[in-house]
Amino acid sequence: MSTTTFRSLPGITAAEITAGQQLPPLRHPVSATTIVLGALASRDWRPMHHDKDFAVERNGVKNIFINTPNNAAWFERYITDWTGPKGRLGRLRFEMKKSVFPGDEMCFAGVVRELATDAAGCHWVDLDLTISVDGEVRTTGHARVAVPGDPTDNPWTRKGERWMP
Amino acid sequence: MNIRNAPPAPSATDLPASVQQMIGAAMYEEETEFPIEIGYVYNTCAAVQNANPIFWDAAVAEAVTGGPIAPPTMMSVWFRPHHWAPGATGERKALQTHFDLKELLDLPEAVVASNVAVFGEPVRPGDRLTTCQIVRSIGPLKQTKLGLGRFWTIDVETTNQRGEWVGTEIYTMLGYRRPEQ
Repeated sequence: MSTTTFRSLPGITAAEITAGQQLPPLRHPVSATTIVLGALASRDWRPMHHDKDFAVERNGVKNIFINTPNNAAWFERYITDWTGPKGRLGRLRFEMKKSVFPGDEMCFAGVVRELATDAAGCHWVDLDLTISVDGEVRTTGHARVAVPGDPTDNPWTRKGERWMP
Repeated sequence: MNIRNAPPAPSATDLPASVQQMIGAAMYEEETEFPIEIGYVYNTCAAVQNANPIFWDAAVAEAVTGGPIAPPTMMSVWFRPHHWAPGATGERKALQTHFDLKELLDLPEAVVASNVAVFGEPVRPGDRLTTCQIVRSIGPLKQTKLGLGRFWTIDVETTNQRGEWVGTEIYTMLGYRRPEQ
């Protein structure tokens, strides 16, 4: 492993995080292409994620909408945009209260709920997350992500009993 | 490895024997239809504009994760069947134990109450993954806003070809019968 390369990578460490800290917001305009790209990348072939007529006539909604695994991928991207590449996602839970459609602009927000260090010395950050559109919360989520304790620490090297997400 | 924060709730005692014997048993073991491939990793990162260099830069991947990996949230992606395959018949359901419970407990409706994904050993290109479904608990009959029903929890556990734990998706479902049913 190249220590120089590893140490030079950007990213946050546990010492730089406090409870209540807000993650930088992320805004992303959603098009039909956004939704279809996400559905096909996640091997979700169900028509309500690519066929507007089906979504309207069978699901009773106004258009195609973002699918669940793609929503997870968006949350993962949002979290690791903040942590940098050394951040390692341990746990993710979310609830899609209302769908996200073409023409919406997703606004991601997150706040640090808690920091903890487990018995194996892994530094954990618990996050509360939301995706809003025009101020309306469409998805709420909670994540647990491991971050380095210092610039030499690498959560990705943890295995077995040293990795307790 | 115990990936739960707390042990599962004890199950109801009024369950049919056919349901009782499902609790704790690994069912519907299934292997991925193809080895994990980097193309889907790129497609997923591109779809959400994820610039994390561990997915794009081989040197960074080597330094941080010991080589290329897939985003952890792709765990369920690898088990979705092809839209079509030679000789395929009928529709395969992703969480068959859930549908088994609906039928065995005569609860025709169901909603997902919560879904948690817990991630273990990273998934790497070339890996072959195996999944199984384990019913962890089934609650007592109770009156809910939707109707009379039960909550049940199913773990979908994934391991790799070395037997290492890759992750678990924990589904809590409410199976119910509408008042008019």
